[in-house]
Amino acid sequence: MNLKKYRYYAPEFFAFIALLTLCLLLEWYSLVKFEKSFISYDNLVINVARQVSLNAIIACGMAFAILSGGIDLSVGSIVAFSGVITASLVKNHPVAPGWAGYSVAIAAGLCVGTACGFLNGLIVAYTKIPPFVATFATMSVARGSAYVFTNGTPISGLPAAFNEVGKGYLRLTESWRIPIPVLLWLAVFFACWFLLMRTRFGRYACAIGNNVDTVRLAGINVRKVYIKIYMLVGLCSGISGVAQCGRLSSGQPTAGLNWELDAIASVVIGGGNIAGGRVTIFGTLIGALIIGVINTGLNMLGMLYYNQLIVKGFVMIIAVLLRSGLNRES
Amino acid sequence: MPDLEKRSDYILEMKDISKFFFGNRALENVHIEIEYGEVHALVGENGAGKSTLMKILSGAYSKDSGEIILDGAPADIATPQDSQTLGISIIYQEFNLIRGMSVSENMFLGREPRTMFGTIDSKRRNEEARKWLDRVSVKFKPTDLVQDLSSAQAQFVAIAQALSKGAKLIIMDEPTASLTTKETETLFDLIRDLKSQGISIIFISHHLDEIFEICDRVTVLRDGLYVDTSKVSDIDKDSLIRMMVGRELSNEFPPRMALPGEPLLEVKDMSRQDVLSDIRFHLRKGEILGIYGLVGSGRTELVRALYGADRRDNGDIALGGAPVEIRSPHDGIKHGFGFLPEERKLQGVILGMSVANNVTLAAMDKITRYLMIDEREELKNTEHFVHSLNIKTPSAHTVVQTLSGGNQQKVVVAKCIFTDAEILIFDEPTRGIDVGAKYEIYVLMNELTKSGKSIIMISSDLPEIIGMSDRVLVMWEGRITGEFDRAKTPLSQEAIMKAAAGEVAA
Ligand SMILES: Nc1ncnc2c1ncn2[C@@H]1O[C@H](COP(=O)(O)OP(=O)(O)OP(=O)(O)O)[C@@H](O)[C@H]1O
Ligand SMILES: [Mg+2]
Repeated sequence: MNLKKYRYYAPEFFAFIALLTLCLLLEWYSLVKFEKSFISYDNLVINVARQVSLNAIIACGMAFAILSGGIDLSVGSIVAFSGVITASLVKNHPVAPGWAGYSVAIAAGLCVGTACGFLNGLIVAYTKIPPFVATFATMSVARGSAYVFTNGTPISGLPAAFNEVGKGYLRLTESWRIPIPVLLWLAVFFACWFLLMRTRFGRYACAIGNNVDTVRLAGINVRKVYIKIYMLVGLCSGISGVAQCGRLSSGQPTAGLNWELDAIASVVIGGGNIAGGRVTIFGTLIGALIIGVINTGLNMLGMLYYNQLIVKGFVMIIAVLLRSGLNRES
Repeated sequence: MPDLEKRSDYILEMKDISKFFFGNRALENVHIEIEYGEVHALVGENGAGKSTLMKILSGAYSKDSGEIILDGAPADIATPQDSQTLGISIIYQEFNLIRGMSVSENMFLGREPRTMFGTIDSKRRNEEARKWLDRVSVKFKPTDLVQDLSSAQAQFVAIAQALSKGAKLIIMDEPTASLTTKETETLFDLIRDLKSQGISIIFISHHLDEIFEICDRVTVLRDGLYVDTSKVSDIDKDSLIRMMVGRELSNEFPPRMALPGEPLLEVKDMSRQDVLSDIRFHLRKGEILGIYGLVGSGRTELVRALYGADRRDNGDIALGGAPVEIRSPHDGIKHGFGFLPEERKLQGVILGMSVANNVTLAAMDKITRYLMIDEREELKNTEHFVHSLNIKTPSAHTVVQTLSGGNQQKVVVAKCIFTDAEILIFDEPTRGIDVGAKYEIYVLMNELTKSGKSIIMISSDLPEIIGMSDRVLVMWEGRITGEFDRAKTPLSQEAIMKAAAGEVAA
């Protein structure tokens, strides 16, 4: 009945096809070269998904910023800042022993992330400073704060129990296990999908990205929506920052460097419009996976990290070109 | 101007033109012939395919099948550049000048005169622009910014631009939709002038009186099909309407029966420097208050200030006797106002979203249950409006962008009404809407007021103001210069026009 809807999701569909194609190509290569399957639970979930999960969590938030016609460059710095706060509360200033203390530390990390997002939101909502500039400034401030807070040295040696948030697994059976970060990602994914597809907030974010004047004149409190959007991005970055802290067993002021790039790339490769007004959470998930598969694949091919960066850049251009080509048809 | 070498009776023939969008018919086997130096009207209901036909002619859309013959020779028009080279210019339904640039920059965009160094020769550009602007006899300067012009003036810029490109055939898609009576007259003088210079014009309008005033022949489309072509002098308005809508339409306006009740809204001492001064008026429950004035008289500014969309320097607003504070549209909505903005594309619709999403945008809480959007409820409400306003759309999920101009306007009307606001502010509610659908909207307005809602309606269409308003405020240069109450004396066109020209009514 609803042909229009299918057409609307064409970019996501193509991203999905691209992901499948990539997987099949790598499967073939891997079988021929290493006599090992690429498409296996261990490789895809334990390896690829775990690797991209923390970034994909941020991408879910970034999707809202981009949807509303903005962007958030401060996510990587927020990862670091919220990470070092959490690490410090876990190690140097434990509020309580064991998980009680960890919980407070984690909550603090999330609050720091959300607060940074709130700051971004305030600037975007109440000034004419564009999101690019506002979050660029926050990026610097948050990174700087992380360095100042730690004196530039990592807070390392976190207890193994805490590190589970980044390294641990949910064990279903002996061989079936899901990495905790992947679980976090799934939770954030569903929450964001719900927000975007089922709530007013998501609808407003999309409408603002299309035509903010119309939304304002419809009597919607646009400022509140902007603030919520950037708080959500901050929260996602906070979640990611806390998990990263566990993954590294330490709070590093350098954590999350350049992560905004992959988060933005996930949204765009997944069919989102960088100019705003059209982004999907599902596409963002596909986008993140594509990046993960490309990284793993290129590693498999033995390509150096530096060359991988170049390849990633081209993939982005191709994705955007494909998208605009699709647009023109309709 | 007789052209001795003309190869055909017609400057343009379009034959058997068909165009489908994803299986939906926009045009099927439509034909139209334009004579040299004639003003040819193209009419039809909203979504009949007028704009689509013209976009095919101008190269903005490609046709599925059919033939275009220009000056007797088959023409292959694939891009807008092609049509320009062939001497066809289109002045779109939507504004398509760049607002932040000057008049002359707009006119010569992409073909600026160059100096010997290859840089833009702005002096020569301004001189050239002046020449063409003189030809359409306007007063503003080539260096004026487009954003400072009224929509009427912008039309003239577009026409001057068309002439400067050597247009032989100019298409005007609803040029008068946003013009007042007086500005329309000026435009018509220009059209007559162009005609005498041998230029042919295709004229699209939903104001049928204009067809009879300015056009030589008329072609009617209905639902993407060709109905008829006739000499304007051979038909009358009723038969034209019958051809358009396929049925009889006896009245233009439904009778106004509602009796306004107690005063509801009081506005006092509202002012804004250089825009509004000393505005005071009231609105009664169940009343339709018309606001008339020339473009620039401050009527839009008045309602925007009332709704909180623009700042104001002064002004006390009281609802039911109690003062209220309105500083933003959000406040406006909270206090029971609903607002239908003048600029459809820029402020009224969200082009990239579906009909349903647009209709419910301003009142999402009505379709939200337990923090979740109830899509069934949303669909149900949208379908109600699609039906009652006869919005021509494949489905409620269709993206608004693909709707015809008039149908987009109906979406804006639906959005505003869906807010259930007590006071509805309509700024040009029927702009671009066809005669039949206008009637439906008037009926709806009557029903709304009967159920106790009040309406403030701005319109450039004087018959509409007179036909629908219980009371009329007339504005001139930011002031209210006249107030006419139908309950006291019948509304008179002359008196209203006089007040609109600044003569304070006794
Ligand atoms: N880009 C598009 N994609 C899909 N459908 C379209 C597109 N453009 C136009 N249509 C459809 O074609 C039909 C004719 O539209 P058109 O704009 O030509 O109507 P119109 O006669 O100009 O109406 P109006 O008086 O409202 O301006 C409409 O049903 C419209 O929905
Ligand atoms: Mg049209």
